[in-house]
Amino acid sequence: MEKFTVYKGTTVPLMNDNIDTDQIIPKQFLKATDKTGFGKNMFFEWRYLNDGEAENPDFILNHPEYRQATILISGDNFGSGSSREHAAWAIKDYGFRAVIAGSFSDIHYNNELKNGILPIVQPLETREILAALSPDEAIEIDLPNQVIKTSKGDFTFDIDAEWKRKLVNGLDDIGITLQYEELITAYEKQRPAYWQ
Amino acid sequence: MGQTIFDKLWDRHVITGEVGEPQLLYVDFHMIHEVTSPQAFQGLREAGRKVRRPDLTFGTTDHNVPTVDIFNISDLISKNQIDTLARNVEEFGIDAATHGSERQGIVHMVGPETGNSQPGKVIVCGDSHTATNGAFGAIAFGIGTSEVEHVFATQTLWQVKPKQMKVNFVGKPANGVYSKDFILALIAKHGVDAGVGYAVEFTGEAIAALEMEERMTICNMAIEFGSKMGLMNPDQKTYDYVAGREFAPKDMVAAIADWQTLPSDADAVYDKVITIDVSKLAPMVTWGTNPEMGIEFTETFPEIKDFNDERAYQYMDLTPGGKPSDIDLGYVFIGSCTNARLSDLQLAAEIVKGHKISDKLTAIVVPGSRPVKKAAEALGLDKIFIDAGFEWREPGCSMCLGMNPDHVPEGVHCASTSNRNFEGRQGHGARTHLCSPVMAALAAINGKFVDAREVLA
Repeated sequence: MEKFTVYKGTTVPLMNDNIDTDQIIPKQFLKATDKTGFGKNMFFEWRYLNDGEAENPDFILNHPEYRQATILISGDNFGSGSSREHAAWAIKDYGFRAVIAGSFSDIHYNNELKNGILPIVQPLETREILAALSPDEAIEIDLPNQVIKTSKGDFTFDIDAEWKRKLVNGLDDIGITLQYEELITAYEKQRPAYWQ
Repeated sequence: MGQTIFDKLWDRHVITGEVGEPQLLYVDFHMIHEVTSPQAFQGLREAGRKVRRPDLTFGTTDHNVPTVDIFNISDLISKNQIDTLARNVEEFGIDAATHGSERQGIVHMVGPETGNSQPGKVIVCGDSHTATNGAFGAIAFGIGTSEVEHVFATQTLWQVKPKQMKVNFVGKPANGVYSKDFILALIAKHGVDAGVGYAVEFTGEAIAALEMEERMTICNMAIEFGSKMGLMNPDQKTYDYVAGREFAPKDMVAAIADWQTLPSDADAVYDKVITIDVSKLAPMVTWGTNPEMGIEFTETFPEIKDFNDERAYQYMDLTPGGKPSDIDLGYVFIGSCTNARLSDLQLAAEIVKGHKISDKLTAIVVPGSRPVKKAAEALGLDKIFIDAGFEWREPGCSMCLGMNPDHVPEGVHCASTSNRNFEGRQGHGARTHLCSPVMAALAAINGKFVDAREVLA
């Protein structure tokens, strides 16, 4: 996976709760057989008018001052619904490197991590402070020290130690697991006889 | 201290690691479909890796499948995805319910129908409705494509053990109230994120009284409650369902003896317990744009409490204080991995028999799998639906998400037996109302929602 250590970027707030992966990347874009090019269709129904003919000027990602944002601030239960990793590919391809939400759907949380996007859980009061920051302000996300640094204060966050190690070092998950080959083989030998 | 079924299943599958950190779990059964697998196969190719256990992997095509003529795929990108799955299972030596074959169906139908879904297994699939298989007494959950590739290469996954919740369904439901209403009521009361971070055990006398197909409807929608893993304790109904199927254990006696040790101990401890008295439930209908925005038929649409509600009302073109019977329906969809099993179609057909659908709406029935379609046709259900004015289609995911040509037109309200009422889910601007198959069938012949309890009293 792509490394994530210390990252600086500007933010954009999209504070709806329960943003589902159907909104992040609608079904008509799931037919590709590669992982690239999903960013232009991220939040398609909200971001465009008339089936993609024109940008929706009211949608916050289309506001000129937020076009450079690379950190998304959102509501509770972000990435709910479908397991489609296309949602994480779209977020990544658009240029976001971190999503700061009230909570994440369990499946989508893993999908972000697997793609080197950092999902951060923060309470509403912190997210409201972040959402009110100037669109020009680059905040710093320091993963090794688990802290978000802003002009309005620093905010710590939790992350599983093993996931952090993989992100900070950009480790290949499958490569790591294959080192456990002997244990996996031993496990297979003791599976119930009625399944052998 | 006793153990839950989840504790027992988890402990059986840990290869290495401690509780509280990611643990390496063995995967007994891996289902794949055409949408979430191509990038994983490509990843294997690029790294020169193989599928470790093709014998524990099984494929099907479902999301893109047209339901009028399955071999006439006008969307070439859809066709490419279906053809890619066929090439991939061939190249990597994986058995599959191939396009047009007798076993084909929605992936969460195919696992149970082939007998691959069994108590005691860890079952995964790149699809969030995989928890359907939890109804067998299995840890079953949806995964992303990176995880699909990881399972291909290693037959394992790193997972942190979730917290555990018990949802205890007690009482006996009124006629006209079904397992779909149990799960919709749970979600409406506690929210679409109540299960985030939990594995949820659905249990109690009301679950024990359900047949396997009804149980699958509840576990299917665990993800709509926020939990990627929903499961139930296996019992004689479970064993009877598995026995005799293509991939059932040859030694069923040994298997059942083992499976009987799985159910949760009486003194097992949970992080959270919720009790729902199903005797107090009414048929459910959703009014908004996520599954918690649902009410009992006799209730009115709720007040606007935040901007999320405001947006939902705007999208649905409804107003607080309105009633389900006021919804101007233009479409009825009976299908999906939630409610397109034989018993669902039988219940709907009983309602429809001898009636005509309202002339102001379009209604389609999409069986969940080809075995269901054939069984339904053997019972003459296809004729009942067609005589009433329904379209009788080929099996697939269809209008649940509309990756194939089946869409609800923009602005039209649809009574749907599926699982998600998200904005645009059934088509651009489509307005979805989730309900049981009986409520959908009644809506079709009445042109509006009516109370199933009054009809079936």
